[in-house]
Amino acid sequence: MSAPLMGDASEPTLFEFSSPGRRAFSLRTTDLPDVPMDALVPRPHQRGEPLEIVEVSERDLVGHFTRLAHRQYSVDLGAYPLGSCTMKYNPKICDEAASLRAFAGVHPATPPSAAQGWLQVLVELEEMLCEITGMAAATLQPAAGAAGELTGLLLMRAYHAAKGDHRTRVIIPDSAHGTNPASVTLGGYEVTTIGSDERGCVDVAQLREVLGPDVAGIMLTNPNTLGLFEEDIVEIAAMVHAAGGLLYYDGANLNPILGVVRPGDMGFDIVHMNLHKTFATPHGGGGPGAGPVAVSQRLVDFLPGPRPVRASGGVGFELVRPPASIGRVHSYFGNSLVLLRAWSYIKLNGAEGLRRVAEIAVLNANWIRASLRDLYDSPYDRPVMHECVLSVASLKRATGLRALDVAKRLLEFGFHSPTVYFPLIVEEALMIEPTETESPETVAALVVALRTIAEEARADALAGVALRAVSSPRTTPVERVDEARAARQLVPTFDASSYHH
Amino acid sequence: MPDYVPHTPEDISSMLDFLGLSSTAELFAAIPASIQLSRSLEIDAGISEADLSFELAEIGARNSSVGAPGSGLVCFAGGGAYDHEVPAVTRALAGRSEFVTAYTPYQPEVAQGVLQALFEYQSFIGRITGLPIANSSLYDGSAALVEAVNLAVAEKHCQRVVISRGVHPNWREVLATFAAGTGHQLELAELPTGATDWSSIDASSPAGAVVVGYPNFLGCLEDLAEARIFADRVGALLVVCQDPVTAGILKSPAEWGADIVIGEAQAFGTALSFGGPYLGFFACRSELVRRLPGRLVGETLDLSGRRAYVTTLRAREQDIRREKASSNVCTNETLMAVTTAIQLGWLGTVGLREVGLSSARAAHYARTVLTKIAGVELVTTAPPLREFALRLPIPANEVVEALIGEGFLAGISLAEGFEGTEYEGALLLAFTERRTRQEIDNFAAALARVVTK
Ligand SMILES: Cc1ncc(COP(=O)(O)O)c(C=O)c1O
Repeated sequence: MSAPLMGDASEPTLFEFSSPGRRAFSLRTTDLPDVPMDALVPRPHQRGEPLEIVEVSERDLVGHFTRLAHRQYSVDLGAYPLGSCTMKYNPKICDEAASLRAFAGVHPATPPSAAQGWLQVLVELEEMLCEITGMAAATLQPAAGAAGELTGLLLMRAYHAAKGDHRTRVIIPDSAHGTNPASVTLGGYEVTTIGSDERGCVDVAQLREVLGPDVAGIMLTNPNTLGLFEEDIVEIAAMVHAAGGLLYYDGANLNPILGVVRPGDMGFDIVHMNLHKTFATPHGGGGPGAGPVAVSQRLVDFLPGPRPVRASGGVGFELVRPPASIGRVHSYFGNSLVLLRAWSYIKLNGAEGLRRVAEIAVLNANWIRASLRDLYDSPYDRPVMHECVLSVASLKRATGLRALDVAKRLLEFGFHSPTVYFPLIVEEALMIEPTETESPETVAALVVALRTIAEEARADALAGVALRAVSSPRTTPVERVDEARAARQLVPTFDASSYHH
Repeated sequence: MPDYVPHTPEDISSMLDFLGLSSTAELFAAIPASIQLSRSLEIDAGISEADLSFELAEIGARNSSVGAPGSGLVCFAGGGAYDHEVPAVTRALAGRSEFVTAYTPYQPEVAQGVLQALFEYQSFIGRITGLPIANSSLYDGSAALVEAVNLAVAEKHCQRVVISRGVHPNWREVLATFAAGTGHQLELAELPTGATDWSSIDASSPAGAVVVGYPNFLGCLEDLAEARIFADRVGALLVVCQDPVTAGILKSPAEWGADIVIGEAQAFGTALSFGGPYLGFFACRSELVRRLPGRLVGETLDLSGRRAYVTTLRAREQDIRREKASSNVCTNETLMAVTTAIQLGWLGTVGLREVGLSSARAAHYARTVLTKIAGVELVTTAPPLREFALRLPIPANEVVEALIGEGFLAGISLAEGFEGTEYEGALLLAFTERRTRQEIDNFAAALARVVTK
């Protein structure tokens, strides 16, 4: 089958390139004796029908996945101002580190004596992350932010249980990311949601009302998902601690405070980090990530094991089980190659480089906000940290333009869209996080594009014609995708597809 | 140090001017001065890329990686992490920056590459497990197990979980860790022959999930018909942890009646990586799709009628359902799923069967050769496939340490998860299509030297 090199036709699935007898694979010559199937697999376990997956040539395989790559936006291609996601440039040397056989070729069951290099990297990374967050120790096992959250909640549970303290609720602001409440449920707690005040920060009066002896803790993101620093954090910490609760820090937004302020110094007891955000490890189209969890001294004994530590004898590294460990939260040591990339990134930047990251991330975000607040609503109108949340609400009332339309039209300018409709407390939200790695020129071009979209909508509405943005994008590999149809007539595999014969 | 921030001092001052600020410190005015860090972080100054490369080489030299004799350890360790062939084409395609540096496909119009690759991955997993629905990835095998049990418990409204000791001990431990939050009650079924004996488990009270490995952690082929009968007796969903590499030669778990099939797919193109990132796969029957954890990609059309892909049935997920979501997973292991789609394309129908057969053939040969060594015997009697456990005259952990010096990663010394059983202290060996007769013969000779010393 031939497929178009470019143009607007869709790419067939790999299965449609299949033809019996084609092959790409070749394997080692083993010289092993041929043994009949019956001697290898007892009859009842043997497959009846052969398992047909696909039969393609290497050339077709390469063509197919290369064309798929051309249908995909990525950070390497252009700016990706997705709020809350910190889509910064991922240094190539960090990927190269992760491809070295001395690291990538190590089996997780290798005895510590033969994996000292790996244990060193893990211990050093833990130490650096603890210095950055102001915490005592960390586990590197959680594979992403949400896994870190659940780990943190189980640490909270173990801490209270060890004191014979039965607590049932965890407090979350209404601006929190969805993983927070979902993790609370899995941690065996009930969610108590509190509102935000007119500044966009935790409503301290409401917090005081809901605090009590049944509260295990509070989960906060600081700066929060509006991009605002929780200015009352010291008071909040004192209140929660006085009630016997712990403070959990969702570190998705750690980027703008590197070297400026540390969660430990704000009073947090448990901190997760998203290394795939702040520490520049690539997102892989949705993963892998890494979500290490750092804790204050009183929680160290509960950390997951086995834990890489400096050997008690002073030389080398070993694995230990903390005395009151909650147990493993990952099959092995976590997403090791992601951890190695983050270790490399911190080494490259050093203390000063990290502080520069924070400064410029905040500078870019404020520049964008200041450049757009005349055309878009700025619901909590004050300086922000790493991202700004704007609203299309007024434009929508005036012209019909929605946040979704802005997102789709922006794709035609060659930018990825911002995060839309989050946080939930802002109507028609556009959450824009430029990161520090986009140049002033790129940031300015993004602003021009967003201004054009707003002005265009006003002009279209004035002229009484359909909004151009509503029918965008037109210049992308596909136009707007029918999501309702996908859910109504579920086609989750090629075998369920009408293209299958 | 390298600088990944493009702003010049002039850029910074003109941007600050525009904001009416006189220094970058003023950007942080909202942060109370009392908690701001008044010193630099105690982290070394940044180093150049060249210096980093030297440091990586130096630290890496303290690891023993697997590889060809002379340059790395010949690998006989498995237990969920395998030394399979990863061809240049898989590395080249999976390493493309369009896949590596993209975010989650929130805007499908510019994410058709990742979405279609995930759709193809789901299609492959559907065929391998024999089930109609597969999600687009979970963190690893242990995470897939936890999600499967959560689904079964929710579906059956019953928190009792019966799990075979033949499920990966680390996965069982992760399940137990998370059960502290959910309150599931876990019960272990023992392995008298190497395969699970369900008869000693109380079948008079109901269970939500029955979990078994295929083949199991000790390499044995479980009688899944018996597992299905037991699951029916206690009214549970049957969760099978499949070694997907064996799919080309074994009957699919779905044919045996599995409701949910999960496992670790590192074997399809992902390096050993000291344990991560790996790939948890998850497949289930159609009726369970509303409780499916994680992302699901579906085929649809765009406005002009062209075939297109999009993440679907999103109302199950945490960003929409929040505390009532079917799972908390957000970031997953997409890149490993894309890698798996490429690798399975490379292997194809014939290659997948060949990998399973060669692995079983190598294990069969090694069993014959190794059990000829005095004092070395198989600890299980249930039928093995490509992994098996040996009892040795000296403790397995000492054997593993000693054989590293001889150029072999001999296997996994069974300890955690097997305390107090006849398997504690045994050596678990695994075989892939990459092990040759010569390597096995050399290994047998080295093992004989070590255990008879
Ligand atoms: C504020 C916030 N919290 C938590 C998460 C969850 O992190 P992850 O996707 O790594 O599980 C995210 C990221 O999506 C986030 O933005």
